[in-house]
Amino acid sequence: MQLTAKHKEYWNRNLRITAVLLFIWFVVTFVMSWFARPLAEINFFGWPLSFYMAAQGSLIIYVLILYYYANKMGKLDIEYGVDEGDM
Amino acid sequence: MAVTASANRAFFNQLRKYYTWYTGGFITFVIVLAILEQFGLPKVWIGYVFLVATIMLYAGIGIMSRTADVAEYYVAGRRVPALFNGMATGADWMSAASFIGMAGGLYLQGFDGLAFIMGWTGGYCLVALFLAPYLRKFGQFTIPDFLGARYGGNIARSIGIFAAILCSFTYVVAQIYGVGLITSRLTGLEFGVGVFVGLAGILVCSFLGGMRAVTWTQVAQYIILIIAYMIPVVWLSVKITGVPVPQLVYGGVLERVTQLEKKLTVDPKEVEVRKIFADRAADARKRIEGLPGSWETARADAAKRVEDLRTANAPAADIRAAEKTVADFPKSADDARKAWQAQASANAGRAGPPLPHAEPFPTNKTGEAGEKERNSKRLNFLALTLCLMVGTAALPHILMRYYTTPSVNEARRSVFWSLFFIFLLYFTAPALAVLVKYEVYSAVVGSSFANLPAWVAAWSSIDPGLLSISDINKDGILQLAEIRLGQDIIVLATPEIAGLPYVISGLVAAGGLAAALSTADGLLLTIANALSHDTYYKMINPNASTQKRVMISKILLLCVALTAAYVTSLKPGDILFLVGAAFSLAAAAFFPALALGIFWKRANKPGAIAGMVLGLGITMYYMATRYPFFQQALGLNPADYPFWFGIAPISSGIFGIPLGILAIIVVSLLTPEPDKQTQELVEHVRYPNLRGDTVNTLAR
Repeated sequence: MQLTAKHKEYWNRNLRITAVLLFIWFVVTFVMSWFARPLAEINFFGWPLSFYMAAQGSLIIYVLILYYYANKMGKLDIEYGVDEGDM
Repeated sequence: MAVTASANRAFFNQLRKYYTWYTGGFITFVIVLAILEQFGLPKVWIGYVFLVATIMLYAGIGIMSRTADVAEYYVAGRRVPALFNGMATGADWMSAASFIGMAGGLYLQGFDGLAFIMGWTGGYCLVALFLAPYLRKFGQFTIPDFLGARYGGNIARSIGIFAAILCSFTYVVAQIYGVGLITSRLTGLEFGVGVFVGLAGILVCSFLGGMRAVTWTQVAQYIILIIAYMIPVVWLSVKITGVPVPQLVYGGVLERVTQLEKKLTVDPKEVEVRKIFADRAADARKRIEGLPGSWETARADAAKRVEDLRTANAPAADIRAAEKTVADFPKSADDARKAWQAQASANAGRAGPPLPHAEPFPTNKTGEAGEKERNSKRLNFLALTLCLMVGTAALPHILMRYYTTPSVNEARRSVFWSLFFIFLLYFTAPALAVLVKYEVYSAVVGSSFANLPAWVAAWSSIDPGLLSISDINKDGILQLAEIRLGQDIIVLATPEIAGLPYVISGLVAAGGLAAALSTADGLLLTIANALSHDTYYKMINPNASTQKRVMISKILLLCVALTAAYVTSLKPGDILFLVGAAFSLAAAAFFPALALGIFWKRANKPGAIAGMVLGLGITMYYMATRYPFFQQALGLNPADYPFWFGIAPISSGIFGIPLGILAIIVVSLLTPEPDKQTQELVEHVRYPNLRGDTVNTLAR
């Protein structure tokens, strides 16, 4: 079948959301770890910041990323009429 | 649609009711056992009751969920609600190593061990963003199914089958190994017997009901394992900090640990013990330099010592010890080199001060060498994190779970729930490591050998591999440098450190068993499906009736399980390191082909084949030539194979993943674009529901 312009827009918005979330994932994981030594100087409620991020902070952000993604995409499906109905 | 919606909701409510009752029942069961313990129920009995009761429970769920229907057998009828699929994935995911070994790994490695924490959780972001919803829309039974449909023909599918079996089999051997270990610890049965008892538990479940039985058992197992993990940690936290939420407050404990580390680094007694280890290492190195002459002198010295002791009428124990030294003495100069090198590195490993727990990429070296080592550690940390993440998003037994949800949107929500349930355990493990470390540094170190804490005395007599202590400098006081811990002890001994009754130790063992069994179930199913569905049905006999397909699948499952148990009963301790390697293998083999197959329409069959072969090939090559185990097996000289960029072989996927992606892109662009049908398939999986879509890939 031929995709409509609306379908293509849905996919582009999906790609944009994916890219933004992936960027956050990348910063939290790799950029923070790359600078782990300087960040360890910062005290975060008793933890050195880099230890806190690797042990807990980044995990919380991952969970939030997935929560946002599932909700946002569910709404986007309905907005563009590609949802699966009431299931 | 409205009918399915209300049916799904009713099903969800029913499940919620069952599992709430189940959880209540399990807690009551533990409380009853605790009361019986107070009335004098022997420890061995508690172990047996836990083992028998939990395995019977899993078997019961398996029998209730038995099925011969194809869609039920392979994907649990595609009606597992997001929340429950999340719990099942959590149990599927968390292996014996996560449950028992991880906190210990963090204890020993400090900050650097956190690569596992981030890698094994952050990977779910890739699962959700790149794969799960699209695979669910595709809606068949296995991961090679997708490769076969997207890239056409049997070659891509076959490589997928090979890779799926390769990474799942080493992984399943490790799980069954864990089952044998826990069973024998819990009941005193022999290791080999323990393996087969555990195997029976795995089989009743997956053999009768396939994915359907495995799913509902895994939910039950998740509940047990999370309760078993949390109780001792919370208790220990109350004991040390007075607050029952260890995850929130261990930052303060970490500060105290850091202060103790500083004190222990300069403590004169500690320095004295470390000096003894350094001298022993130097002595071993001197003997190695003097080879082969030093081997002959040392052997003559050992023999002479026996004579001297005999003439001097020394105590019988001393004479026996000296005789043993002679009997065990290396048989040749070559053997001596190996034995002494092991001695030198073991002693040198204990000669340094404690590595600071909170400091990223620590080293004892100073100046330029120190900077170099720090950078190398940082590079390895990042590489390992990436390999574990991409590997998570490529392991077939995990991806398969997202075929079982009722819809694409449920698949997305299900990845969220999976990560949430995994997160509960993973953000607790670093807290447990810090709490135990504090207890060891503050309460165990400095106690006298005559009056050790009860758990230290008990565990060091059970298994020196888990905990060994010896008074190196003969001062009667325990120094930190005199303690050697195996990583499994941290979780196993926590109930006793926290002062809890034995029933909680039994509970922890039952939790470890649940973690190992649930992972083994998922893996066995993956291997059996790769053989029965992908190989037999899709490639050998596409006309097989559904009954025959399910029957063949069950027979193969039995064969695979027995083979895995047989391999495990040989105690292949030296291949267990391959579990970490399975992530690199899966990452390089699957991820590029799967993700590009969805996100890049232009990716075609020759590209995918080239990418999978090259990615998997270079990863396997690097492992085979860099792991000491394979170097020995292949007769390679380690000096000829230096690490590329200093990357350790566990992260060899770091070369395979980019090479795989690059090969798919280059080869696809050099060859004709895929046909219209394939392009429509890609469009089909990208939209949860495309009205007027003529493609239908859903398998029933």
